[in-house]
This record gives sequence, C-alpha cells and structure tokens, in this order.
Amino acid sequence: MDSLAEYANAGVTVKWPYPIRYGEEKEVTGDVLVLGGGIAGCWAAISAAKKGANVVLVERAATIASGSGGPGCDHWSLAITGNPACPLTAEEVSEAIIDSLEGHYNGISTYLTARESYDTLLELEKMGAKIRDTEDEFKGAAFRDEETKLLYAYDYTNKFTVRVWGNTFKPALYKECKRLGVSIQDRVMATGLLTEGGNEGNRVIGAMGVNVRTGEFMVFKAKATVMCTARSTRVWYSPTEETGLYYLSPPTAGGSTMAWRAGAEFTMMEKTHQAGTMIVGPCHGAAHPGNTWFPATMVDAKGKEIPYVDRDNNVLKTVGERNRPSPGQKFMLPDHYRTDEYDFIPPGTMTIEEMVEKGEYTLPLFADLTRMPEEERRVIFGLMVGQESKSRSTYKYYTEAGFDPEKDMLQGFQFIAPYAYGITGVGRRSPTYASALGSRNVRTAYGGGLVVDWDLRTSLDGLYAAGWSIFSGGAHPEAACTGKYAGRHAAEFATGISQGDVDRKQVENEMRRIYGSTKRNEGIDWKELNHGINKVMQVYCGEPKGDELMKLGLDLLEDLKWETDTRSFSTDPHKLSRMIETMEILTTAEMILHASMARKASSKYLGFKRWDYPTMDPEEWRKFITIKQEAGQVKLGELPLRYWGDLAENYEAHCLL
Amino acid sequence: MNTKRDEEVYVFPNAPTPTRPVIFDPDHCNGCNKCVSVCIMDILLPNPEKGKPPLVVFPDECWYDACCELHCPESNAIRLNYPLMWKVPWKRKETGDYHWVGEKNPLPPNPKPPV
Ligand SMILES: Cc1cc2nc3c(=O)[nH]c(=O)nc-3n(C[C@H](O)[C@H](O)[C@H](O)COP(=O)(O)OP(=O)(O)OC[C@H]3O[C@@H](n4cnc5c(N)ncnc54)[C@H](O)[C@@H]3O)c2cc1C
Ligand code: SF4
Ligand code: SF4
Repeated sequence: MDSLAEYANAGVTVKWPYPIRYGEEKEVTGDVLVLGGGIAGCWAAISAAKKGANVVLVERAATIASGSGGPGCDHWSLAITGNPACPLTAEEVSEAIIDSLEGHYNGISTYLTARESYDTLLELEKMGAKIRDTEDEFKGAAFRDEETKLLYAYDYTNKFTVRVWGNTFKPALYKECKRLGVSIQDRVMATGLLTEGGNEGNRVIGAMGVNVRTGEFMVFKAKATVMCTARSTRVWYSPTEETGLYYLSPPTAGGSTMAWRAGAEFTMMEKTHQAGTMIVGPCHGAAHPGNTWFPATMVDAKGKEIPYVDRDNNVLKTVGERNRPSPGQKFMLPDHYRTDEYDFIPPGTMTIEEMVEKGEYTLPLFADLTRMPEEERRVIFGLMVGQESKSRSTYKYYTEAGFDPEKDMLQGFQFIAPYAYGITGVGRRSPTYASALGSRNVRTAYGGGLVVDWDLRTSLDGLYAAGWSIFSGGAHPEAACTGKYAGRHAAEFATGISQGDVDRKQVENEMRRIYGSTKRNEGIDWKELNHGINKVMQVYCGEPKGDELMKLGLDLLEDLKWETDTRSFSTDPHKLSRMIETMEILTTAEMILHASMARKASSKYLGFKRWDYPTMDPEEWRKFITIKQEAGQVKLGELPLRYWGDLAENYEAHCLL
Repeated sequence: MNTKRDEEVYVFPNAPTPTRPVIFDPDHCNGCNKCVSVCIMDILLPNPEKGKPPLVVFPDECWYDACCELHCPESNAIRLNYPLMWKVPWKRKETGDYHWVGEKNPLPPNPKPPV
C-alpha cells in the first residue's frame, strides 16, 4: 500500500509525520534575503553571496528541484554579447524585440540578459551543468559550432539560442548555493514582507513566512530583499484533476502579491494570454511546431505538408531554410517574444483555419519527424525532448510504448490558432493550430509584475526583483541574468544600511491573516476557493472584457474573501500552505481586474480586448499603466513606454560589473 | 482493494483524481525518501513503515514533472503513471495505425536511449 486512498480504504489512518508548530516563531537574520529559490532566486543568492553578503534563501518547495526551471531547460536564448559564434549585438536584438511589441515589454531585463546571457551560461557550466556536445553526437550538424561544440537552435546563421542539457541546471545551482554558504530554508513559504514601522510603502526590512510541513511561523530580518517568487498560477484554471494543464509553471506559486500588500508598484497586469497550448497532454508528447519542436515538419491527416512561410509569405521548402533568416532579413527573433493570437499573420496569408475550411487540409495534424534530416530529428526527440525531467519522462514512456520518431507521426492537439514563430518583420511563421479548449476567449496566464528600475529595484526601498516577479520577465536566461544582477544590487545596498526594527503589530496581523483557516475543521477548502476564483476569472476576466463585467467580477472576489475569512478550513500544514497560496491567487485576480478596468482601450500587444473600448492601441493609451495599493485603495499611475531610456548607456552605468 | 460479496462494505469519500500519479516498485525502492524531499508539490510522505516506499498523499496535486524520478538513486523504483486523459495518439506511417502510451496491445519498445 503506498497511496493514502488505499490506506483509507483499508480503514487505516495516517498520522501527520511532522511536528505541528502553528504560531511558534523562529527568527533568521541575513544581509540579503532571497524569496523563492527558482532560477532567479538561486542566481540572486549566488551573486549576492559572491559579493560577500550573508544570504538567506527561502523556498516553499525544495531548491534542488523547485520552480519552472526545476525540470530543466532545453533552449537558452539571448546568448549574444561575448558569444564568438554570434555576429549580432545586444542592442540590435533587444531593440528588435522591443520594437516588435512597440515598447510593451521590459527593455531593462531584455537588454541586460542579452549582455550577460552567454557568460552566465558559461558560469553555469563551471558549476557542473552540461551545455556542450562533448561526445560529438552531432558532429557536422548545421546547428553545431564545431569549435565550441555548442548546439544552437532556431536561427542557425546567428547562433544565439543554445540547446542544452537542462536537467543538470538546478542541481548545479543548488550545489553552488551550498558551496557559497547560502542559508537555504526549504519548505518555507514567504507570506508577507516586513516594512519599517509596519507601514505600507516604507523600506522593506525582511519577510514573514510559514513552514509548509510544520506550520511554524518564520521571521526573516534582512537589509535587502529580492523577490523571486514568480507569478501566480491557477488564476483561470486549477490543475488539480485537470492534469493536462501541466505545462504551466508549477502550480505552487502564489506570485508576488506580498509586495502588493507592502505597497509596491506593478504594471502590465492587464496583459493576459492563452498559454494552455499543451492543455490536453504531456507537453512534449503532443505535436506542435514551435519552441522545443521547431522546425518540425507538419502534415495533415493525408500526409500533405503544411508549409512554413517567412515574413514575405515565401514558402520555405527545406528544413534548413526554416532555420535561416530570409533574404534581406538579418536575424530571426527568439520564439518566446511572439504574441500568438494577434495580427502577426503576413498580409494576404490564409490561416490554417481558413485552409481547413476550404478543404485544403484534413484534420488532425501531425508532426512528421520522419521527413526531417536525421540529426534534426534526433536533436528534437532525443536531446530537447530527453533532457528535462518532464521531457525525459515523455521520451522514456513514449519509447517504451514503441514510439519511434523514424517511423511515427505525433498528433497535434491544437488545430486553428496561428502560431507565429518570431514577429512580423524578423520572424517566421510555422504551420499552426489551435487550442483544444476550442474557445479562444479563455486565458491561462498573465504577463504583469513588479515595476523595476535599472538597479532592478522595485518602487520600495530595500526591495529588488528578478525573473517572473518582474513585469514581462522572460524565460530561463532572463530569470538567471536578472537574478544575478538583482543579487549584486541587493548586496551592495545591504553594505550601506543597518537592519530595521520589526514591528510586532505587523507580525501579529500576519499571523492572524494566515492561520485563520486552521481554526476550523469544515467549511471551504483551498480547492473550492481556487475553483471559485477560476470561475470568476473565466467569466468576468476572459475575452472580450468590459467594465460592467469586471466590476461584477471584483464584487464576486470580494465575496470570496468574506467566505475565506469566515469559512475556510485546513487540517494540516500542507493544506494550510495551499490555502494561503490560494488567497494570494485571489489577490492576483483582483490586481488583474483593477489593471484591466484601468485600461480603457484594447491592445494587441497586451493580448487585451475590450468590447466597450474596441479600438486597438490608440495613441493616448500607448503607455504602461501602473497599480499599487495605498491605504487599502488602489492607486493608478502610468509610465511612458520605453521609460528605460538608452539601453547601453544605462546598463553601463548600473550593471556593477 | 477488492470487496468480496460476504465482506462488510464501508463508505469512503471519493478518492482524489487521478488516484495514482506515481507508482513505486517495492522491489527496487530502498525507502530513502529522496523523492519525498525533492517533490515539487510536496505530495509524498515518508511511509510510517521504515524502508517502505513513500505514501502518495495528495495525488491530485501532482505536476508530472518527474523530478522525483530524476533524483531517485535507484532505477525503476518510481515511475509516472499517466492519467487517462493523456492518451495522445501517434500514427505509424507504414501501417496507418494509431498508437498511444498505455494502449491495450502495445507496440514493442523502441530501445534507443536519449542523447
Ligand atoms: C516545463 C517548462 C519548461 C521550460 N523550458 C524552458 C526552456 O527550455 N528555456 C527557457 O528559456 N525557459 C523555459 N521555461 C521557462 C523558465 O523555466 C522560467 O522562465 C524560469 O524558471 C522563471 O524563473 P523564476 O525564477 O522567475 O521562476 P521559477 O523558476 O518558477 O522560481 C520561482 C520559485 O519561487 C518559489 N516560490 C513561489 N512562491 C513562493 C513563496 N511564497 N515563498 C517561497 N518560495 C516561493 C517556487 O517554488 C519556485 O521555486 C520552461 C518552463 C516550464 C514550466
Ligand atoms: S522511489 Fe527512489 S527516491 Fe523514493 S524512496 Fe524509493 S528509492 Fe528513494
Ligand atoms: S511528478 Fe512532481 S509533483 Fe508528482 S510526485 Fe514527482 S516530483 Fe512530486
């Protein structure tokens, strides 16, 4: 018997194996406190420790495996400055990314990543990660740099995305944190920030948290704090029992809402998208032509190939052509800067949806790796699918069941939405399809986060941010590079300041807030609360949006807060941690609704459609809307697009290198 | 557990779904609890009987990230158990037949290891 259900069926009860310490307090002090031990958090801890700071790292799971990067990483992008194989400059690629979204992006994190990504990857290798084809598995392949043995992806001419053995990354980072003496506090969930005098908007002087196995209350005192807890998941959907949602970040994250309660400024919270492309199955086991699977050959049910086309609508006949810029085009943009659902269809092109309607193609569609050159097939299904723990298990279970990429075609589960590889002008369009949900008005993720300046400092003194805690924070290399950069700044800030005084009232209020549900044995559990939030967000914050709908959504969330205050229950520390997390998700939902109500225009760059303000991106709305909390009220503000100014100049002035 | 005709039948709440995201092989598992300590969702608990495979206590929260498998020191001690909704078909070109993980009459395995 190894499942609780079997024990229960046998009439055996299992005692909670860890001591229960609700309300007992433990204090830990450091110079720099890092909240969240994912990719950004580990790098922040490492870089602050290298600057001589005494670092405390708080992680709600286990640092060695936690977070979106825990399973691994199959492509490392923006390896530009310092990369001998890449002829591009950090400026031109960053500008192209920012231009493609007309400024609705984070220029600071993009540019500093383009500057530091290559060196960061080499640093990771020194810690023990595997990044090169040292066994010469792919000797002579078009994507291999023979000198360095690095394997590139996507743009084989400009070579700035590296294919890597990503499941070695998190263990290497963990080991390095240990080596540097970082005090790792695993299984502790941060719940609130400590501020000077206990007041919102004041300097951040540490954080509070709870041990997710014992329920013990933790007080962390620090001179500088770095938020690396990423974004909330489970806002529109909860993966429990809907395991197909599994591609999204681990459903452990409550986001950076504690910074909201402390009065920090957020932006782009109204940007949402449908990231549920893998909604039905193992994400690496269902076919699609983007990301890991690019440039897989796509065919219809009768074996007819669906062509890749370039920005000028020229059909790219060979696999090789898919990985080279078009004539007159300097480079291809990395895949994750696409804005899938909007506009990036070259003029005059038919969507796959139209083509299917016209009878040109027969569903379902497949990824036909058999038609690809041997090394292209093997680098997709063998290296990229094979070297994250998630994809490694896909590889294992598929091959065990007989799947052979030389003989078999994987079915795609998405049929109609266009998938743009890269962006108009510099991009490439792959064959496409749509969500299995069938309904494109359902969102699954958001893109907002903390506002940061060139020090990666938030609007609060003493509080820095990195990775997915920052607005528009990008993928794995961005998390690593912003983490490293924020760690340096936090360490520097900490050298010039003393510890703050913890306000007892703030601690007591936090205890009251988080332990409420442990006082009851019945009522609503975290799952019911989560599904309640999800339904509100699906109905009142889907697409298109409107003021009246969203207002009603906020009222319903308010009601859920009252339900939580009066009826929530959790019977062990694990369920307590899920309950607290779900309360954070509720706050995230409110923040998204407030930001969405504040933007009275639609925007293709933000994936934002309103039926009451249908005009897309009118001139007066081309700006960032910021939100923060002040005395219990939501305060709106704005920032100009490209508020970061000259990229190179500001980076040089602030990078601390 | 099978309930036989003449046994007493007790009532239990529905089991969480999926009931079995990971399966342990007691012949290979050494009970070291490494998987318990790395589990991303913290859904496993040490078995009350020392040396036995851990208990899956919150199966409905599994993220199927397989970090437990990655960090397990033994081979074949723990494996993911795909839920029914993950029957994603592939098509064998020569035959036109569809197959998927967990089908009734599976193909022979493809022994090729990953890179
Ligand atoms: C399956 C998968 C594959 C991916 N593959 C790639 C890829 O090949 N290339 C690429 O560039 N990107 C990839 N990404 C994206 C990349 O992993 C993320 O961009 C990156 O991990 C974000 O880093 P982060 O530190 O902001 O968040 P995470 O790495 O998710 O870290 C956040 C951490 O904070 C912890 N945490 C959350 N809340 C709290 C709290 N309250 N208290 C304490 N701790 C908390 C979480 O447990 C987690 O460990 C992938 C993502 C997924 C999900
Ligand atoms: S499955 Fe592996 S890691 Fe888990 S207890 Fe057994 S041997 Fe240890
Ligand atoms: S797959 Fe992930 S969530 Fe599931 S048991 Fe393994 S480590 Fe835990």
